Amino acid sequence: MIKDQVLDEKIFFVNRALLKQYADTSGDHNPIHQDETFAKSVGLPNVIAHGMLTMALVGKYVTEIAGGSANVLELGGRFTKPVIVPADTDVDITVTATVSDVIDGRVSLSVVATSAGVKVLGMAKAVITL
Amino acid sequence: MISPDSIGRTFVGTKKITVSQSEIDSFCAVIGETDRSVAPPTFSIRISLDQSEEILTSPEVGIKWDRLVHGDQKFDIKRPLKAGDVVRCDSTIESAREVAGNEIITVRSDISNEKELLISSWSTLVIRA
Repeated sequence: MIKDQVLDEKIFFVNRALLKQYADTSGDHNPIHQDETFAKSVGLPNVIAHGMLTMALVGKYVTEIAGGSANVLELGGRFTKPVIVPADTDVDITVTATVSDVIDGRVSLSVVATSAGVKVLGMAKAVITL
Repeated sequence: MISPDSIGRTFVGTKKITVSQSEIDSFCAVIGETDRSVAPPTFSIRISLDQSEEILTSPEVGIKWDRLVHGDQKFDIKRPLKAGDVVRCDSTIESAREVAGNEIITVRSDISNEKELLISSWSTLVIRA
C-alpha cells in the first residue's frame, strides 16, 4: 500500500432486525434503536442505528484490509449524524478509505462512512499492520 | 452535572470479566466476520461502556445515563481479546466540559489481564441538557 492510495469501497446493509441483533449482543437496549414511536417522541426522524454498530462494521472493513482482526492496532471516529433505519428497509452504510501514511509496516487509513449519502462517521482513522 | 472531584480520577475495576467464545461468536455474526479466533476491533466496547455506566451513574459522580449520546470513540489495541481472557477494566474520567448546556465527558478505559494492558479506549459521551 502506498500513501494516497484509495481503497475499494464496501457497502454494508443494516435493518431493524440487525439493530435488534446488535442490541442483544452489545447489551445496549436503548429504545431509540428499536422503537419508532419512542424515537420520534424524543425528536428523532425515526429509529436510528447504534453508533457502535456503524463502527463495528467499519471495523470489519478495516479488518478485511488488514488481513485479520489481530492486525488492527487502532480504530476511532466521530459519530457525526445518525444512521436512520425506517421499518422494512435495508439502509446502506458505505465505507471507503484512503491510505494516509505508511511507516515501518504500519499503515494509517483515513476512513469515511456514509448512509444515504450523508456522512455518519467522520474524522475516522485506523492503523493496521500488514 | 458531574461532580468536579471526579475529573481526573481513575476508578479501578473491581470485577473480573471472562471473555467467552459465545460472546465473540455473537458479535462476529452481526458484522459478518467468519474468523472468530479473536474478538473484532470494537468488541471491547461492551466491557468498557458497562464499566463507565456503573461509575458515571454512581452517586459520587452523578451522571444521568438516559440523557447520554455517544460523541466519539477510539480504540488502541495492543492485543485483541480472545475467549478465556480474564480481564478487568479501569476507567479514568479524563476531561469534562460544558458546551451549550450539554456536558461532554471523555472516559478512558484500560482493559488488562493480570500481566499486561490489552486495550485502551476513549469514549466521548455527551449528556444532553
